Amino acid sequence: MKQTRFNKIHHTLGAKMVEFAGYEMPVQYSSIISEHKAVRNSVGVFDVSHMGEIFISGEKALNFVQLITVNDASKLNPGKVQYSAMCYADGGIVDDLLVYKIADDNFMLVVNAANIEKDFNWMVENNEYSVEIKNRSDVYSLLAVQGPNSKNVIQNFLDDELNLEFYNFTQTRLANIDMIISRTGYTGELGYELYFTGDETDAEKVWNKIFEAGREYDIKPAGLAARDSLRLEMGFCLYGNDIDQTTNPIEAGLGWITKLKKDKFIGQDAIKKVKEEGIKKGLAAMVSGERIFPRKGYDIFSDGKKIGTLTSGTVSPVLEKPIALGYIDAEYKSVGTKVNIVIRNKEVPAEIVKLPFIEK
Amino acid sequence: MNVPDNLKYSKDHEWIAVDGNIVKLGITDYAQGELGDIVYVDIDSDLSDIIKGEPFGTIEAVKTVSDLIGPFSGKVTELNTALIDSPELINTDPYGEGWMLIVEIADTSEIDALLDSAAYKELLG
Repeated sequence: MKQTRFNKIHHTLGAKMVEFAGYEMPVQYSSIISEHKAVRNSVGVFDVSHMGEIFISGEKALNFVQLITVNDASKLNPGKVQYSAMCYADGGIVDDLLVYKIADDNFMLVVNAANIEKDFNWMVENNEYSVEIKNRSDVYSLLAVQGPNSKNVIQNFLDDELNLEFYNFTQTRLANIDMIISRTGYTGELGYELYFTGDETDAEKVWNKIFEAGREYDIKPAGLAARDSLRLEMGFCLYGNDIDQTTNPIEAGLGWITKLKKDKFIGQDAIKKVKEEGIKKGLAAMVSGERIFPRKGYDIFSDGKKIGTLTSGTVSPVLEKPIALGYIDAEYKSVGTKVNIVIRNKEVPAEIVKLPFIEK
Repeated sequence: MNVPDNLKYSKDHEWIAVDGNIVKLGITDYAQGELGDIVYVDIDSDLSDIIKGEPFGTIEAVKTVSDLIGPFSGKVTELNTALIDSPELINTDPYGEGWMLIVEIADTSEIDALLDSAAYKELLG
């Protein structure tokens, strides 16, 4: 099992460690709910070094990124980040990812840990523009500092004023270590992600600096479980749950990142067809007023008939209500529709709602 | 890990406080720690009996759902209704305010089959 450079710290903090995408990762430190609330109300830190960083460089780097991703990367200036996805020719999703434009001929693609190899191979297979594709996932550490007080924490040890707009990044130094800091995250809160190389000592230096600066805000380490409940409250898709090779971006509610009018990209024709013909099923958000805990795999029923399956679920720590995402037949997708979630052979009423689940 | 000496234990990580044929039961400190944040305790409010080896309810934690298994058979005389609104009592005070049921046991020899604290500690390793 692989370890991140924060592994010792997690063990020292008494985190519950689990295997995730081949890495030993902290799933929780104290309580999932208190970690969740720390991020919503103040600031929390996630070690997400397991995520993948793949660098694309060369004269035709933009052409390549345009070919393999669904969003329009030509809109990016250096210093900008874009949420996007890679699709197969049939429109199924290879992965969702962040595209960082470092320079006209240099991009960093941040991909899901479980998909690093698959994504890298997919890129190499489709390298029509002879760009250089470098998987640097193993040399990069990544911390996500998230929450309304995250800016105060990061600002504390930067000389320049931190004036990053949402989905922008800067290359700077922190604790004498070069890093990329982007105003991104997976929580719906104000937040920053810090990418840097170096050894365990460097990683510990950065971690300690952040926690020193965060002490006055009662900063907390947060695990993968809180990361999951935070993203779900926002309705953000998780690859492997809510999106995968069997779902296309239109069904997944990712039409907003799929720019069908841009130049050719892989999956374009299939996705165009889906859009023209209309979807048969789609990702829907559900809330229930009952005391249930919805989980991935539970069936969704209407009038005694199966109409879909949950792909993610939890009890929202903010709403204190069950919330879930799932694919359901398109005719039941509209907001306000009453459906039933089946839990241990019991049908429990729920209602289709708009995302995000919580107001932001 | 807290394993009080004055209690009996089941292999399913329940604790049992015995007073003649009246027993109180809940889940152990180890069990609550493994489950993590408990969100709901689902025991039928009109549960009248528990049966040895049969599920009598479920615990929903953020990470997972777990069945509650009858460690013996008996008549339920009281349910801890505080758990409906405050299931986290199981996390904060598993042997106290987090208790679940009071049961009148039919065959007290079933108590003898339970583990004592030393045997339960051994089970936890």
